[in-house]
Amino acid sequence: MMVYALRRILGAIPTLFVIVTLAFFMMRAAPGGPFDSERRLPPEVERNVKAAYDLDKPLVQQYGIYLGKLAHGDLGPSYKNKDFTVTQLIATGLPVSMRLGLCAMTLALLLGTFLGVMAALRQNRWQDYSVMGVAMLGITIPTFVTAPLLTLVFGIYGVTLFGHEFSLPVGGWNGGALANMVLPVTVLALPQIAVVSRLMRGSMVEVLRANYIRTARAKGLPVTRIVVRHALRAAVLPLVSYLGPALAAILTGSLIVEQIFGLPGIGRYFIQGALNRDYTLVMGVVICYAALVILLNLLADIVYGILDPKVRLA
Amino acid sequence: MSALLEISDLDVRFDLPDGEVHAVKNAGLIINPGECLGVVGESGSGKSQLFLAAFGLLAANGRASGSVKYRGEEILGTSPQRLNMLRGSAVTMIFQDPLTSLTPHMKVGAQITEALRLHRNVPHTEAEKQARAMLDYVRIPESARRLNQYPHELSGGMRQRVMIAMATITGPDLIIADEPTTALDVTVQAQILEILRNLKDEKHTAIAMVSHDMGVIAGIADRVQVMRHGEIVESGGADEIFYAPRHAYTRMLLDAIPKADESPSPVTDIGAPLLTVDDLKVSFPIKNGLFAPAQTLRAVDGISFTLHQGETLGVVGESGCGKSTLARAVLQLLPKTGGRVVWLGRDLDAQTQSDIRRLREDFQIVFQDPLASLDPRMPIGVSIAEPLKALEPQLRRETVRQRVRAMMQRVGLEPGWINRYPHELSGGQNQRVGLARAMIVGPKMLVCDEAVSALDVSIQAQIVALIRNLQAETGLALIFISHDLSVVRRLSHRVMVLYLGRVVELAPSAALYADPRHPYTRALLSAIPTPDPRIERAKTRLLLTGDLPSPLDPRAQLTFLKSRLGEPGYRPKLEQVAPQHFVAEHD
Repeated sequence: MMVYALRRILGAIPTLFVIVTLAFFMMRAAPGGPFDSERRLPPEVERNVKAAYDLDKPLVQQYGIYLGKLAHGDLGPSYKNKDFTVTQLIATGLPVSMRLGLCAMTLALLLGTFLGVMAALRQNRWQDYSVMGVAMLGITIPTFVTAPLLTLVFGIYGVTLFGHEFSLPVGGWNGGALANMVLPVTVLALPQIAVVSRLMRGSMVEVLRANYIRTARAKGLPVTRIVVRHALRAAVLPLVSYLGPALAAILTGSLIVEQIFGLPGIGRYFIQGALNRDYTLVMGVVICYAALVILLNLLADIVYGILDPKVRLA
Repeated sequence: MSALLEISDLDVRFDLPDGEVHAVKNAGLIINPGECLGVVGESGSGKSQLFLAAFGLLAANGRASGSVKYRGEEILGTSPQRLNMLRGSAVTMIFQDPLTSLTPHMKVGAQITEALRLHRNVPHTEAEKQARAMLDYVRIPESARRLNQYPHELSGGMRQRVMIAMATITGPDLIIADEPTTALDVTVQAQILEILRNLKDEKHTAIAMVSHDMGVIAGIADRVQVMRHGEIVESGGADEIFYAPRHAYTRMLLDAIPKADESPSPVTDIGAPLLTVDDLKVSFPIKNGLFAPAQTLRAVDGISFTLHQGETLGVVGESGCGKSTLARAVLQLLPKTGGRVVWLGRDLDAQTQSDIRRLREDFQIVFQDPLASLDPRMPIGVSIAEPLKALEPQLRRETVRQRVRAMMQRVGLEPGWINRYPHELSGGQNQRVGLARAMIVGPKMLVCDEAVSALDVSIQAQIVALIRNLQAETGLALIFISHDLSVVRRLSHRVMVLYLGRVVELAPSAALYADPRHPYTRALLSAIPTPDPRIERAKTRLLLTGDLPSPLDPRAQLTFLKSRLGEPGYRPKLEQVAPQHFVAEHD
């Protein structure tokens, strides 16, 4: 397995290289540049700025310089966030986004799996229909609707539970305090819970029809044991393939959630960087995202191999 | 003596989107302690659903009504808790298809001990010990190692033994065996039946044997019930059912079984050989991980034969003997590794791809699974017409249509069904479509690769009769491949027995069945269950022990020639023992 993982990681280097190259040239192909603004800079100032960032050199040479720095782990300075390097921006933002994303995904996995299994066991009864109905809502309602709604209910009005008035902070990071994380994590988790429960229900229904489940029932095993020991492991397989890319997306943050709750994650850099032609920042987050996708897919394959003994990783 | 299981007035219904299906109608049966009840019927007769319903194992859309008494206690509609105490403890089940019936991600040991630990509250180490003893009982070698393996790492026969061990470990009163040997090779089937017979004789376990195979039932059942369309049409002692059947359906089932005195239609004119196969070899590389060198699996390892016009060559052997690979290599559907295939004097190696495509008009093939071999999105008329359009593109549409209709009539299909889809037809009808598709171009040779294996016996008899008629009319040469020696016998003039990619015996049909010379042929023949309880009871079985050796093992070829084990790579030679009768060297 170590050999397998090593081979996959080595195999990812050319993939990353292609991504970097494509991103680099596509970004430059977009019209405009980082220092174009409403008020044009005086020509000599612009020339000086461009020279300082090597932007006056031929494109291929710029590419060479970028690759050279990248090989040393230097992602370059951000053109728009003055005084910060891209590495610094990512290093401060990524942990925030990852923490939120991990919490949301864990919540979604636990709750979604539970709801999906419930629905599958009560197939075509009211429990099934209600779980699937709510899940459909969770998928169709976008986060920019749920976020303000939850803010309104829990933040502005407050909710009275057991005689206590609960009110949650509606914004800010506050060093990652639990209270500040509740609402953004919930908003991020809701659509994931919906997807996970639907996936789980589908594959569980399938697995419960399998011959070996009939064998388990013929052995006189109680339902919980049949689900936990005989069905769950096989039913979770489609979920594993979904989780790889989904986790990569959620760990790199969400512009909407970060904007609404005022969180210092990296999700906003994707949009801001692209709009401002902040070449180095875009390259930085793209590399970061691509590496995560590759890593998590590898992880998903390894988990798959552990769950399904028929798969031999070689 | 009070009955162990008494079922009366049992009705089973399924709710389907297009209405209700009445799967079991008013069925009743009694099983006494220690006896074996055989329940026979063809697919869809409700024989499996009867027992699943009795123990609350129906699918979610099924409903059962009536009465099921276990030792006098009514158990139909009782609480799941009570049923769970019975199931897996006093009443256990063995299902068909052990690969899908075992949990793929659980080790064999955990699955065997599970019921024991749950019902008998046996501690882990003790349960493991008992599981090992159980594996020894069902004759699985190296029991300690096997307990730590997953189902997919075992052979089909071994998996079914694991199922039996699982069903026996709690010491039940009653084992329900639902088609336990279907889809297993005959020699493995014989071993499994032997184990079940031992359970009945030594442990006095009652067995409900559900099967479509009269031969399997004859060897083990004390009493027999025959089911058709959800109803029990006849029941009685085994001898009554087999020697004095009263119901027309029982007689039909017994008549449909291939008999010893049947012989194929005589070869009309033996002309020049149509097909000559000389030392044909096909091998596949098997990769073993990253660093291990690839091994070579010799699927076909030097087979030679000739086939004449109007002649049927039967090819028999167990799974993995290379019979399907042989067929595909002969028909140029697989690349061969060595040897020559000569068709009407033309070496097929020398032909270009387009020449071979044109030659396909002369040789056609019919596959095993009739439904899976037809395009589900094509009406059957289009499927049948396709080879004609491909090979004779100059034909006018109206001519093609007429020939398709004529061909459908010829194979016993209603020409009005031309626009139906495969899923609207039964298995037997779909196989007729397969035959029509192959025959429409007027081939000189037809290869039937397990063409009747998936069909019920009565349908099997009809298809075999149809193939025989087609041959008599057209002088077709046939290569008839099957694992079932009795079906092969019905059609074949000569029979070739394969073992691990090589011929062990080749002889005229009559000689092979009357006077088999090779020990493997003898074991195969002795393993076929005969639908005659007296013969079955008296039979001394030549059981091959254990599994087929791995074809990757270079010494596997010398299983029957142990004296040459010192010379690895040695291949037993064919020797002529009588006119046209060839046998591989053996000890």
